Amino acid sequence: MKKYVSFFKIRFQTGLQYRASYVSALATQLPWGLMECLAYVALHETNAAAFPMELQAVVGYIWLKEAFLVLFNTWNADNDIFGMIIDGGISYELCRPISLYDMWFARNAGGRLSTAATRCVPILLVALLLPKPFALTFGGSVGTALLFLAAMALGLGVTIAFCMIVYMLCFFTLSPKGLRRVLVGAVDLLSGNVIPLPFIPQPWRRVFELMPFGSMQNVPFRIFTGDLAGAQMVSAMALQMFWLIALILLGRGVCALAQRRTVIQGG
Amino acid sequence: MIEMQHITKTYRVSRRNAGLAAACRALFSRDVEVVHALNDVSFTIHDGEMVGYVGPNGAGKSSTIKILSGILAPDGGVCTVNGRVPWKERVSHVREIGVVFGQRSQLWWDIPVIDSFELLRDIYSVPKETYRRNLEELTELLQLGEILRTPTRQLSLGQRMRCELVASLLHSPKTLFLDEPTIGPDAVSKLAVREFIARLNREHRTTVILTTHDMQDIEALAQRVILIGRGRVLLDGHVEDLRRIGGEQNSLDHAVAALYRKWDIL
Repeated sequence: MKKYVSFFKIRFQTGLQYRASYVSALATQLPWGLMECLAYVALHETNAAAFPMELQAVVGYIWLKEAFLVLFNTWNADNDIFGMIIDGGISYELCRPISLYDMWFARNAGGRLSTAATRCVPILLVALLLPKPFALTFGGSVGTALLFLAAMALGLGVTIAFCMIVYMLCFFTLSPKGLRRVLVGAVDLLSGNVIPLPFIPQPWRRVFELMPFGSMQNVPFRIFTGDLAGAQMVSAMALQMFWLIALILLGRGVCALAQRRTVIQGG
Repeated sequence: MIEMQHITKTYRVSRRNAGLAAACRALFSRDVEVVHALNDVSFTIHDGEMVGYVGPNGAGKSSTIKILSGILAPDGGVCTVNGRVPWKERVSHVREIGVVFGQRSQLWWDIPVIDSFELLRDIYSVPKETYRRNLEELTELLQLGEILRTPTRQLSLGQRMRCELVASLLHSPKTLFLDEPTIGPDAVSKLAVREFIARLNREHRTTVILTTHDMQDIEALAQRVILIGRGRVLLDGHVEDLRRIGGEQNSLDHAVAALYRKWDIL
């Protein structure tokens, strides 16, 4: 276990090196979140009856999305890993007494959690202090809060497990670019990063929710804002668990295949 | 003990001529050639030996190191290191070996070197006391001092190479594979690295396999030399054998160059 904590630590330390990135992220994410809120408020004023979610839930969803952007986005995959696969730096990774899959999983979790830990605080603070209707509000119980945390953990797991499959597929292509662009663009929409999934018209909404991408940020954010509760919430979290296990198994399979086939070229 | 018996490894290489026309043609059909990187390689290395592994560019040196360190599976043959098949029992195998790939880095680029070392300590579950002792000894011998507190990206090549060496030794490996570790260091560091490797072998009885093009490294370190060319072992003997068969008495460089030409393995 200590090994994995160490990966978290070293990624955290690495993250702290980049000060400009921190400032610029805040400078983009706060205005971006605010603009999104403005757009939804305008839509709501035009036709409140057509809104599939409560306005306050949508606003909450947007702020959570901005605060925890680095936890769930798939375009922010670990570039060092792609680099190692391309230039053969992976030689050293294979000389470590840990399974490649576990090592990279821990490394990703560390990277995402450590960046999120520093970035979410100012965004959440601002979002809590904003005037209505732009404020982030939480009306649930302690139980809801705990379920939210559990769903966050599951969603993060699903996101990383998905990225792991993308890394592993890069063993089979010379360049990861194409794969990344296609998958990442699609996932942004399918996971509810562009617009919350309830805004997708049926039957597509149902399809999106059943896909692994619907088990990423969609579930915890909607639990927090009260949009997802009761039996619906239970089945959503069960689906998260299913996808987590399925994607990990699939990723491990591809990893084993990749390792068997890999030839590290060059001296 | 390291045993290699009849190891073979082939790569498929697609080659084409220069130019747009050739590139377009290669879209549809590529001339794939099978290159025998290792062709029936056999040798045995006992515990505590220090062996120089030499050969011209493309002879198969790195392929051998990759197979021995468990990151490449050969096409055929038998290979065991301390009783284990490296690529099949990878995790338990790599716990006991240290590797330096001279052209790659195992240190985290943007943070001080010491942070990378602490990660390695945890990855290999090195006990605190052992880690402290190893780090102290290595730091002193390789004159690292302030370098440890510097981010990797700001180190010179030679400084980095010394850190890479330390990184590979923190877990007190029984066997050490060095793939061109002396690219980079200045004269003083080079001597320090050599002195250090010799001492490691003498005091800790670490088995060392060293590939290099620097014949002075070989002269200073290796009693035994294995020379390969075109994927075959051509000579397995003493450094003096290189001189004797090469027929050049003045420098080992000339002797080895003469050998390469004589056996037509360039």
